[in-house]
This record gives sequence, structure tokens and C-alpha cells, in this order.
Amino acid sequence: MAANPMTQFEVYRIGPEIKVGAFDISFTNASLFMVISSLAILIIFNLGSKKNSLLPNKIQLLAELSYTFVSKMISDTAGSKAKPYFSFIFSLFMFVLFCNMFGMIPYTFTVTSHIIVTFVLAAFIFIGVTIIGFIKHGLGYLKLFVPSGVPIVLLPLIVVIEIISYLSRPISLSVRLFANMMAGHTMMKVFGGFVISLGVVGGWLPLSFSVALTGLEILVAFLQAYVFAILTCIYLNDALNLHH
Amino acid sequence: MVKKIFFQLIFFNLFFLKEVFAAESGGMPQLNPEFWISQIFWLTLTFGILYIVLSKLILPKISANLELRKSQIQENIEAAEKQRESSEAKLKEYDDIISKSKLEANNIFKEARENVLKEINTKKETLDKQIDEEIKKVEQEINLLRKGASEKINKIAIETTSELLVKLIGTEVNNSSISAIVDDLSKRNGDKYYGN
Repeated sequence: MAANPMTQFEVYRIGPEIKVGAFDISFTNASLFMVISSLAILIIFNLGSKKNSLLPNKIQLLAELSYTFVSKMISDTAGSKAKPYFSFIFSLFMFVLFCNMFGMIPYTFTVTSHIIVTFVLAAFIFIGVTIIGFIKHGLGYLKLFVPSGVPIVLLPLIVVIEIISYLSRPISLSVRLFANMMAGHTMMKVFGGFVISLGVVGGWLPLSFSVALTGLEILVAFLQAYVFAILTCIYLNDALNLHH
Repeated sequence: MVKKIFFQLIFFNLFFLKEVFAAESGGMPQLNPEFWISQIFWLTLTFGILYIVLSKLILPKISANLELRKSQIQENIEAAEKQRESSEAKLKEYDDIISKSKLEANNIFKEARENVLKEINTKKETLDKQIDEEIKKVEQEINLLRKGASEKINKIAIETTSELLVKLIGTEVNNSSISAIVDDLSKRNGDKYYGN
């Protein structure tokens, strides 16, 4: 009978148990796919930047296209001031994209389908952006919560709403990615389970669904990485160019 | 058949969903904090290494490559522009040379033609003169000959008449009387024979 669709998200130890003090930092399947994704990114982009020919080969073209894609995304949303953060956003986008894409290969583990992973990334972005905002504008960064052109009567309410929306940024950012990944993979697993349970007679319909879903999930994998990166850019834009 | 499959699908669907919910009551593995610290640790480690290597080693290289290509292409475009300009200048020069040489050739041709015409004219004139002179000479000669010819013919006529007379009548006739007759005849008919 069909397996539990949630078992694919289970984390298990690979190799021995490693403990630092009270913390368990054993190497798990999640760690494995983080390492694989990072290595894949490093290998691809290292090959793509190794030699510079006037007519780039395929891998060089790939590296340069992604470079210009991310750099255009940043300059479009956050302006030229965001240039020092290019490397971080590039790494972030590539890491999320590769984790999502590796998750699309059957029997692999999707790193980004774990709330703790996406939340750590989102919290880091949130804290970093807040620090950048306060460094750039001092206490003036608090003006972010006071939009201009709002009637004074509404101001207390608006400020509260703005603060809540600002504080919920890491949660919305992390839950968006995590929920998309988890839902997609669960759905694929459920449809895959239908194929088995309905057998040769009725299995064709969920199989075709499964095929269509795979295409959709690859799209979602790219789209969520893009959304994650572009939202980071937008938050960064708020911190760098304070105009409300 | 299709209907049957459809119902089967719904039936199994319900049956299966029950199992799913039953399984999920066990909880999402994501909310099990057993490996949270491990995941945070490995995420920081891998993402940190990825970020450092990308930002320090790989991205500057890609950016340099892109800049280099951009500048190279710009240089090439500039060089091409320069070459185009120089080739246009050369083309102009070439056109100038061609038109100049055409003019020169025309001039040379004209000069040569004039020279030749002059030469021909002078030669023609000298030739005409020579021809005229010769014609004059010849005419004089002819005139002389014509003048001398009537006398000679008269002499011959006199001689032949005297001889004929000797042969016909056997006696010699006085030459002066014959010559008088011949002169008279020649004067009468001279124009018939020698007239122009």
C-alpha cells in the first residue's frame, strides 16, 4: 500500500552521532543535500568562470546569464546601492534554487521543505536588513513605520499595522518557501500513491497528474527561489532607500 | 468503462485520504526538533562556505570576464569604426586619383591630337606646295613640248610629203613650198589635234 507522504521529509542521521556539548550536529540527509547543492553551485560556477573566451561556451554562458539575471533583479528592485549585497543575494538565490531543484529528483531530500532551514535564512535576512537600515539611517529608519500622507487620526493604527507587517516578514518569507515545497512534494507523493493503489486499470489518470505536477513543481521550485531572492531585494531596498 | 474508473478513483481516493490523515496524526517531520540544531549548523556551514567562495573567488572572476568582454567588444567596435573611416578616406583618395588621372589622360589625348593635327596640316601644306610646284613644272614642260611638237610634226610631215612625192611623181619638189602648205594646214587644223 502507499507509503506515508510525509516520510519523505524525515531527517535521519548519516554516519555517527556528533555532539558538541548538548547539541546534536550529526551529519544527516538534509546536511548531505545542502553539501551537494553547494558543491554543485561551486562546481558549475567555477567551470563557468575558469577561462574567458570572447564566445562563451555553454557552461560559461550559463554562469554569466545567471550573473546578469541576478544583478538585473537586484538593480531593478533595490537600485545601485544594493551592489555590495550582490554576492549574498546571488548565493541565496542559487542555494535555494539548487536545493529546490535537487528536491525534484526522485528519492532525494528537499532541504527547503523544512521550516527550520527557511526560517534561519529568513531570520538572518530580517536581522541583517534591520541592522543595515539602522546603520544607514540611524533612528530615522523608524520612519519606515510612519508612511507619509496618512491622516493623523489613522496614524496610530497604521503604525501598529506597519510594525506587525515588518515583524511578520521573516515568518511570511520562510513559511512561503517551506509550505510551497512541502505541499508540492506531498501532493506528488499522494498522486504517486494513487498510481500504485489504482493499479494498471485506474492508475493512468493519477500518473498523468503526477507528470503534470512534476512540471508544475519544477516551475514552482524556480519561482519560489526567485520570489525568495526578490523579496530579500525588496526588504533591502526598504533599508537602503528609505522613502515612504 | 471510464465511469467505472472514475468511481474507482473516488473510492480509492477516500480510502487513501483516510490513511493519509491517519499517518499525519503522527505529525510533520518538520516540526520534530530532534535535528533542528544539526540543520541550522549545517546550513550555516554550507551556506557560509558557499557565500565566501562565491563572493571572494568566483563572482569577481565572472564580473571581470563580463567587463573584459564588454570592453573588448567596445574596442573592437571602435577599431572597426576607425578602419571604416580610414577605408572611406582611402576610397576618396582613390576616387580623386582616378578623376585626376582621367583629366590628365583627357588633356594628354587632346594635346596629342592637336599635335598630330598640326603635323598633318604642315605636312599637307608642304606636300601641296610640292605638288603644285611639280604640277607647274610639268605644265611648263607640257607647254614646251606642245610648242615643240607642232614644229616637229610639221618637219616630219614635210619630210614624209617630200619622200612621198618623190615616190609618187619621181621628181623632187621644193621643200619650202611643201612647208608652206603644211604650215597652212597645221594652222587650220592645229587646234583640232592639239587643242586642249
